[in-house]
Amino acid sequence: MVDGTSVPIGVTAPRSKAGRKTTMQKFAQRRSTTGFLLCLPLILLIACFVIYPAFYAIYLSMLNKKMTAFVGLGNFEFLLKRHTFQLVIFQSCLFAITSVVLKALLGFTLAHLMHNIPGKNQKIWRGLLLVPWVIPLALSTLTWWWMFDPSYSAFNWVLNQFGFANVPWLGVGWIARFCTIAVNVWFGTPFFMIMYLAALKSVPEQLYEAAAIDGAHGIQKLIFVTLPMMRNIIAITVLFSLITTFADFDIVRILTAGGPQDMTHVFATYAFQVGIQSGDIPLGAADSLFMFPILAFAAFFVLRGVTQRTKEIAA
Amino acid sequence: MSATVAERRIAVAAHRKNSLHRQRQWALYGSYAALAVFVFMFLVPPFYTLMTSLKSSAEISAQTGSPWLVKHPTLENFWYLITYPNFQRYYMNSVIVTILTVSVSMVISVLAAFSLSRMGFWGSQLLSTGVFLTYLVPPSLLFIPLFQIIGSLGLINNFWCLVLLYPTLAVPFCTWIMIGYFSSIPKELDEAALIDGAGYLQMLWKIFIPVAMPGIIAATIFAFTVSWGAFLYPLAYLYTSNQMVLTVGIISDLIRGDVFQWGKIMAACLLASLPPIVIYAFLMDYYVAGLTAGATKG
Repeated sequence: MVDGTSVPIGVTAPRSKAGRKTTMQKFAQRRSTTGFLLCLPLILLIACFVIYPAFYAIYLSMLNKKMTAFVGLGNFEFLLKRHTFQLVIFQSCLFAITSVVLKALLGFTLAHLMHNIPGKNQKIWRGLLLVPWVIPLALSTLTWWWMFDPSYSAFNWVLNQFGFANVPWLGVGWIARFCTIAVNVWFGTPFFMIMYLAALKSVPEQLYEAAAIDGAHGIQKLIFVTLPMMRNIIAITVLFSLITTFADFDIVRILTAGGPQDMTHVFATYAFQVGIQSGDIPLGAADSLFMFPILAFAAFFVLRGVTQRTKEIAA
Repeated sequence: MSATVAERRIAVAAHRKNSLHRQRQWALYGSYAALAVFVFMFLVPPFYTLMTSLKSSAEISAQTGSPWLVKHPTLENFWYLITYPNFQRYYMNSVIVTILTVSVSMVISVLAAFSLSRMGFWGSQLLSTGVFLTYLVPPSLLFIPLFQIIGSLGLINNFWCLVLLYPTLAVPFCTWIMIGYFSSIPKELDEAALIDGAGYLQMLWKIFIPVAMPGIIAATIFAFTVSWGAFLYPLAYLYTSNQMVLTVGIISDLIRGDVFQWGKIMAACLLASLPPIVIYAFLMDYYVAGLTAGATKG
């Protein structure tokens, strides 16, 4: 850092020890030392609070409940045999995949609608549509909980007005699953919208003109021009969203806390319940770790696809 | 040349103007109508929050009439919260944690991004990739080992642990955004600065930061959003009300057993969502630009 304040180019007196090196080499060396020093806080942060905990989690997951003995893969085996945990795996996948697909479709529709309207009006509409995404998720989920409230549900009041019976929103497994997904879609769609809107704006107008001259109609333009041009951004957005949705904690924790009959638990909420609330840290760590291979798998394939396409474009 | 093209265009346009124009007009109206439906659906929960926050406890527990409208608006919930010491405490804690997190994250990520975008050193490529991958690590993956680590540092139930942990969520993405913005600055600028005798930190301070200001704003907003809204870490690591931040404070303080003071909870949600809403209202453009730029570069 101290070095960084005074970087000379070819004006310093050569040091006796490094006399053989050229000035340029020294400059490069100093530059890289400074570069490393500037990165040091980042490296320390990631090493202490991301990499070390990751390995520590693996170690923890192989201990017994009192953390006195080594049990190998016992915790993983125990979890996989447990019915509740099988439900957790199923619900996590259902929750993540359904939400992401719905968010992607709705976001795509919204982006197209926004793209249709004149630019000067877009700003205000975008502002309104981004509201769900701006409010902290834990707080907006509280509102949803209140709207689903069994005794005085605002939704049930509307249903009653149209002559329908009350729906036990969070009291029945599959309906509660639907509710968690609905809240997630409500929260996450705006993110997809702004990403896709930016991508739509970056598609060159000439491509559409060329397609029009070739006689393509609306849907053909969408399939053969818009989608291929947006493939990278769709892949990245889906990956981001898949990871955050898969690892979601706030919605399920606040809305249902895993109930009814553990049917809405996802990995994160189950790990919280087992690890923090019941105090079985190793089991909780093992539960969280189940997320890792799934996330890594998704990340690997999406990112590989993206880099390949980027190379194709560059070539 | 251009005159003939223009004439032809006018002729063609006049020929098809009516049908095409009308078609476009209808497409436009259709888009507005569909957008309006979406806006309506998206704004139902915030609207309901507002309505409930204006109701007295008596009106909520009476359970008569439409829950969507307020009959006797009152500000008593807001007044209660503003004068409630615990709520003031949560707000203060949130503000302290957020300001510290944002400052720490920005310093770390600007320095790192400057170095990664301009000064190659052994392993710098690897580090850039690593930063991006770290962004993909969700908080719920590591909160249990972190619980142990925070415990061994003696920071359980101390909001300073959040100042330590939130940067891990904010820094990777901020660094990623800043690398993008810094790389787009022409190399001639730093060469000129070097020739004028500027050091690296001077270069960063006098050239990079001012030029990449939009990126800095975007990254700052991201760090703010993360630390203001995070829920899992404070829920797992804090348990007494003098240490809690807003997100957990509202939930654990205003819900006592089976008694839900919904009017107060909703008012608290509104007050707690106010800072992000205000910030986004003014700086949305920067944030969206930074976010989309960051993603397209990935």
